[in-house]
Amino acid sequence: MPIKNNRLTKEQYETNFADIHPPFENKTAAQVEASRCLFCYDAPCTKSCPTHIDVPKFIKQIVTDNVKGSAHTIFSSNIMGAGCSKVCPVEKLCEGSCVFNLLHEPPIPIAKLQRYSTEKAMKENWQLFERKNSPSGAGGKKVAIVGAGPAGLSCAHVLSREGIDVTIFEKESKGGGLMTYGIAAYKVTPQFCEDEVNYITAIGGIEIKYNQELGKDITLAQLKKEFDAVYLGMGVGVARQLDIPGEKLEGVVDAISFIYDIRSKGYPSVPVGDKVAVIGMGMTAIDAATQAKRLGAKEVTMVYRRTEAEKPCTQAELDIAMLDGCEIVWLAAPKKLKGSQGKVKQLVCSKMTLGEPDASGRRSPVDTGETFTLDVDMVIKAAGQVPFEKLVKKYKLDNKNGKIVINENCATNIKGVFAGGDAVNGGKEVVDAVQAGKDGARAILNYLF
Amino acid sequence: MANISSNFLGIKSPNPYWLASAPPTDKKYNVLRAFEAGWGGVVWKTLGSQVKNVSSRYSAVDYGGQRVMGLNNIELISDRPLDINLKEIKECIRLFPDRAMIVSLMADNDKKSWHELIKKVEDTGAHGLELNFGCPHGMTERGMGAAVGQDPEIACMVVEWVMEAATIPVITKLTPNVHSVVPTGRSVVKAGTNGLSLINTIQSVTGVDLDTLVPNPYVAGKSVFGGYCGPAVKPIALKFLTTIAQDEVTSKVPISGIGGVSTWKDAVEFMLLGASNVQVCTAVMKYGFRIIDDLCEGLSNWMDEKGFKTLDDLIGKSVLTITHWEDLDINYHHIAKINQDKCIHCGLCYITCEDASHQSINLDYGKPYNTYTVKEQECVGCNLCKLVCPVDNCITMEEHRVAPEYLNWIEFQKRGLPLNDH
Repeated sequence: MPIKNNRLTKEQYETNFADIHPPFENKTAAQVEASRCLFCYDAPCTKSCPTHIDVPKFIKQIVTDNVKGSAHTIFSSNIMGAGCSKVCPVEKLCEGSCVFNLLHEPPIPIAKLQRYSTEKAMKENWQLFERKNSPSGAGGKKVAIVGAGPAGLSCAHVLSREGIDVTIFEKESKGGGLMTYGIAAYKVTPQFCEDEVNYITAIGGIEIKYNQELGKDITLAQLKKEFDAVYLGMGVGVARQLDIPGEKLEGVVDAISFIYDIRSKGYPSVPVGDKVAVIGMGMTAIDAATQAKRLGAKEVTMVYRRTEAEKPCTQAELDIAMLDGCEIVWLAAPKKLKGSQGKVKQLVCSKMTLGEPDASGRRSPVDTGETFTLDVDMVIKAAGQVPFEKLVKKYKLDNKNGKIVINENCATNIKGVFAGGDAVNGGKEVVDAVQAGKDGARAILNYLF
Repeated sequence: MANISSNFLGIKSPNPYWLASAPPTDKKYNVLRAFEAGWGGVVWKTLGSQVKNVSSRYSAVDYGGQRVMGLNNIELISDRPLDINLKEIKECIRLFPDRAMIVSLMADNDKKSWHELIKKVEDTGAHGLELNFGCPHGMTERGMGAAVGQDPEIACMVVEWVMEAATIPVITKLTPNVHSVVPTGRSVVKAGTNGLSLINTIQSVTGVDLDTLVPNPYVAGKSVFGGYCGPAVKPIALKFLTTIAQDEVTSKVPISGIGGVSTWKDAVEFMLLGASNVQVCTAVMKYGFRIIDDLCEGLSNWMDEKGFKTLDDLIGKSVLTITHWEDLDINYHHIAKINQDKCIHCGLCYITCEDASHQSINLDYGKPYNTYTVKEQECVGCNLCKLVCPVDNCITMEEHRVAPEYLNWIEFQKRGLPLNDH
């Protein structure tokens, strides 16, 4: 059977894409877990959170039944605290450093508790922040933000709280960025992402103009002219090409557009092959592999050029893929794709071995000269994303291979233009982008006043 | 294996665990279930004046994600007809002759009422009587319960009436709702009571409902002060118990210890501080009678480990280790030590010492884990860090005597030794 959509029943889709980390059933369940928290001083969990959420404080507030205060504590540091509670790789951040790990006890379920407070805040529509009214200060100041993803929204929220009027230009028709378009549906639903964007912008003073792409519908010069400052938070763009023969064959897709389709078109509409190969071992690769399997692919094989020790995804993520029945082939680099009648039929991989450590400190893979071949009818490329290099260069922004270069004040080489998030770092977690947005907003405030 | 059988004023039971006079002992159905489970004895729920109970009756204090750290009740003495109670007591004694049957009494405040009640109860074959001078709610308004126990003269008078009629051992139960239990204790011992039991419940308000703004337990928009019991009151009970166990008059009679006994360890502590046996209620109200198994096994295993053969070997063993403050050895000094291999870097020792004690813990910043060490010169040996540390034996208190010889405060002053200079 070739690539085909509509493989499963409605019920099967619902089961396969149900919330992978279900919330607490009730208050008691949350309080029992929250009560385990030791309320550490200078807590390792907080230090391990890129946005420095005061974790012991928000958990203590769940214990004292001050859920509103708890949500405020979370959102004060991370306005996307609700989404982060679903998508953060907490096993290498807050929960990974919970002191209970040192006792060989399960860590506090910080993400689940964070979800408890933030979900309630969103459901009850608690408005926990007020805009400052300072006619002599912020009054009249306007900032343009490019990209309604985590960095842009976070930046916008901080600025709006300070009384600044923010306009966000978003190239898609929905906000949320990769949160909305690039993460497995069993972690966050499109509806949740939309609700989160609405919750964040409900503070007022933030207008999102959709379907407005920088370089196409708007120009940087225009933004600089009409606004007092500009923040570039457009993230990264297309998937990295493999640069191997056969990449244009039918059935070869990139993970980002595959996930984008799942999220924007709905599960039954997205075609998937019988034998799917996924190239890469990052979080996006896992999201693509598991979802291909959950859409009804018979076999999913993940190939990665290094070994398990060097894998970029977390163990928890790898476990999801393995439990979904995905095959993993370590030390395998794609060499060429073979097809017939224009359709992909085989993936030829080079067998690799580990050599000397590279710039990342990880031992680099070296080709052994041997190859092996996988029969496939679909190949999903998840070897990372590349920045909007052309765009960045067009605007003469200082950059490193397309990644915008900023100084310690989040400023680019162009006066009044700031940047942050994936557009600068090349692609990190949502929570890193949220922090970048906060830093950008502070820098802009310093610049404006 | 240790012998955990108990003999209290000649009343024998296979173990030192009696159920206190309370809802679990108010009828045959419960008492038979308790005896089947293995309880050593019961103190039947108080008989006396006719009363009527209200709804609701209990409220609790939860703590740290756990229910019922303390329980509060406004239930009165038995509201069942006296003759039914007496008939059922008799049947329970017949079915379980090896268990202790004590009947709690609270008659109207006249000699005749007490004499009549005692006669009827003794006819059941009960082994002992417990005088309820402790109940802090409902009955006090009628001049009964704690109203008797709070006044040594009235208590003395009632005990004298009782002793005129009683032919079986009499235990007087004391209320903790006084500044000291000793005056009433002495008074009733002088009046002839054969034994004492303590404590009864402590007057309390467990909390206020933040929606209705009415304290609990809720009775049609109102509440009343209730009697507090359960694990929360144990430290208070142990203190009152010790004062009775140390007093030259009250220590002459055996004491039945009550107040938050939930585990075998609690029971051992009560006995070490002078109780000959213990009574249990709240733990059963939370978990049912089945907890008796571990109460007995834990006690027996501990006695084996420590080499105690009978309960008499351990009863009262710790009474004299509680002394007057002036007698404490000022030259004793110990200093906290943090075992770095066990430390999980939670920082609780640091913040508590920093904010609430003597700033004796050093913080070396690390990401994500800080390192904490004790500044030995600053540490006063207060124990606070050790108490808050979540890891067993991570913080230990190491002895560093100031000087080898014993020195108390009185002698310290006499010698004009220097006080702290900071």
